[in-house]
Amino acid sequence: MRWLPEQPEWRAHLRTLARSTDEVWPQAVRLAGARLDFTRTNALDALVQERLAGGAPPVTAASPVRLALLGSATLAHLHAPVRVATLRRNIFVSTYENAYGQYQQELLNPASGLRGFRPDTVLFAFDSGHLVRGVHAAMSPDEAAAALEDVTSLLVRCWRAARDELKCVVLQQTLLDSFPRLMGGNEHRLAGSRSAFVARLNAALPALADAEGVHLLALDHAAARDGLAAWHDPALWHRAKQEVSPAAGPAYGELVARIVAARLGRSYKCLVLDLDNTLWGGVVGDDGLEGIVIGQGSPLGEGFVAVQEYAKELARRGVILAVCSKNDMANALAPFERHPDMVLRRGDIACFRANWDDKAANIRAIAAELNIGLDSLVFLDDNPFERELVRGALPMVAVPEVADDPALVPALLADAGYFESLGITDEDLARTAQYQQNLARETLRADATDLDAYLRGLEMRMVWRRFDRVGVARIVQLINKTNQFNLTTRRYTEADVAAIMADQDALGIQIRLLDRFGDNGIIAIVIGRRQPKGIVRLDTWLMSCRVLGRQVEAATLNLVVALARQMGARRLVGDYIPTSRNAMVRDHYDRLGFTVIARADDGASRSELELDGFVPAPTFIAISED
Amino acid sequence: MPHSADQDKIYAALTEIFNDVFMRDDMRLTPELSAKDVPGWDSFKQIEIMVSVEERFAIKLNTREIDSLKCVGDLACVIGAKVAKG
Repeated sequence: MRWLPEQPEWRAHLRTLARSTDEVWPQAVRLAGARLDFTRTNALDALVQERLAGGAPPVTAASPVRLALLGSATLAHLHAPVRVATLRRNIFVSTYENAYGQYQQELLNPASGLRGFRPDTVLFAFDSGHLVRGVHAAMSPDEAAAALEDVTSLLVRCWRAARDELKCVVLQQTLLDSFPRLMGGNEHRLAGSRSAFVARLNAALPALADAEGVHLLALDHAAARDGLAAWHDPALWHRAKQEVSPAAGPAYGELVARIVAARLGRSYKCLVLDLDNTLWGGVVGDDGLEGIVIGQGSPLGEGFVAVQEYAKELARRGVILAVCSKNDMANALAPFERHPDMVLRRGDIACFRANWDDKAANIRAIAAELNIGLDSLVFLDDNPFERELVRGALPMVAVPEVADDPALVPALLADAGYFESLGITDEDLARTAQYQQNLARETLRADATDLDAYLRGLEMRMVWRRFDRVGVARIVQLINKTNQFNLTTRRYTEADVAAIMADQDALGIQIRLLDRFGDNGIIAIVIGRRQPKGIVRLDTWLMSCRVLGRQVEAATLNLVVALARQMGARRLVGDYIPTSRNAMVRDHYDRLGFTVIARADDGASRSELELDGFVPAPTFIAISED
Repeated sequence: MPHSADQDKIYAALTEIFNDVFMRDDMRLTPELSAKDVPGWDSFKQIEIMVSVEERFAIKLNTREIDSLKCVGDLACVIGAKVAKG
């Protein structure tokens, strides 16, 4: 947890918060952003739980999550760490744990406490002793193989019960290898070795989990990184049946919170990089292009290469890179354009800001230009002053404590888990290229004398298709991570999307936008449902913010109207459900010519559009079916 | 019971730990204080105290030592002996 900053007055702040009558959640989010040990984690959680008194906080970054921890040993000490780690991300999680040893009964019994809890997410947190029981060193290879088969089929049965009966997202933690070895380095040759059994089971889990749509919580990886002793204390296991020791609780909570956040589309999306002494050694404005330390030949220079290579790898898998530097633009750009040892090039940076304004203002501008929320940004800067300034002005931006040796920075960023991701789509892989195309579009926009000329010059084509198997990963990803341009913020699983595909009364479409600069990928999802009296109800309408201002909304409506008419619709009805992040679409239907027919106190509204007499708005977008 | 200077330091640190663990500001630790005197001091809180003590004093308490603890005085003695040994 070394990436989290110490807050020197933490205890005092917690006590002040405990005495105040203010709403506790927003303050608690800030306190959760500090480096916390197990005791502080418990204290913060106790205060939040007491104040919420069973209710939910009014404003969070995502819908509340109901998480059931299922296992066969003690998990009670992990609830607070999970809740605090999600609190850190402004996500509210309620937790549940099965009665001791009763996870199978609770899964299967319709009257169980688990069913009563109505979880939406289940985490199977088995201690390795439970899954390895019965395995012993005198087993033959066949017996050991049969035992492995028994365990994997037990796991798959549990997953399916949680997924199909409880309709839950399923998480499975990998096993801690806490068994002392009997042979040594070649333990795998002893079929009945418990340690080797754990290794085989962990090796089997990724394929099994992928086949069942289950996400893994890589406890084995964390223990390999930190050492088993950091995670497991045999004395505490005997005393309290705690496989993960309380001291590791906060780190465990982080692992869970990252996956929960990733599923909700709340992982960080963009790494904002300082330049001098962050990407290279020295100050380019003072030392000149030749004077900065980067590249092979010096340990420090190689350390900075490693930082750049890690950033480049992140970009290749879909993380957006930006630069925020106090520098003259020409000086800041020079290494990217002319230094032979730079790994990162201008084309890797989606948004480049170098000037003398304060960094908080620049970071705001970066978020605005990239059309992503400030809470999607991670800011990497070697300068403690700048870090504190940004933390103070923009508490929603993640600002890691940076090791003063660049050699340690890649592991620090990885361990902080900001960019946790549950899958990779073609869009992820193409993202940097897309931001480059956006730059080209911006240049065209600057050149075009008026908006119409610009839009016409883009030669846009909208290509749509109904939900299909091939697109399902991207559809689910968009449904779960789009927060801003999202009318109802309803989240659906792959199973839900499959149900929509099978439903005669449901309309699910995915829309791709192409233009002369390239393919923008799937940029819109609309789900409609046929209802009585000639109504098609728009259950979901979401779009990628990066294509806004290009008539895509109007073109999408034209398409939806045409498809709804094919379903026999005479009217479209659409809801706006406000969240903390989707104010930009409050008047979406109004702007498209709908009439508001109902408004609620919380800002929600319902609008309708009579299709009789609907005239498609003219756009510069050609629409075709894929 | 008179404390040595070392024991005073240990009691001061334990008071902070107990205040944090029980979310209070007013814990007054005496050698005789035990779980039955403090609301909420259950087996989980006991482990939390042990984990905090181990972290604060950079020591490791073994199973026998933990089992033998009857009151705060016992804990302070065990810590004192371990810290002295380095």
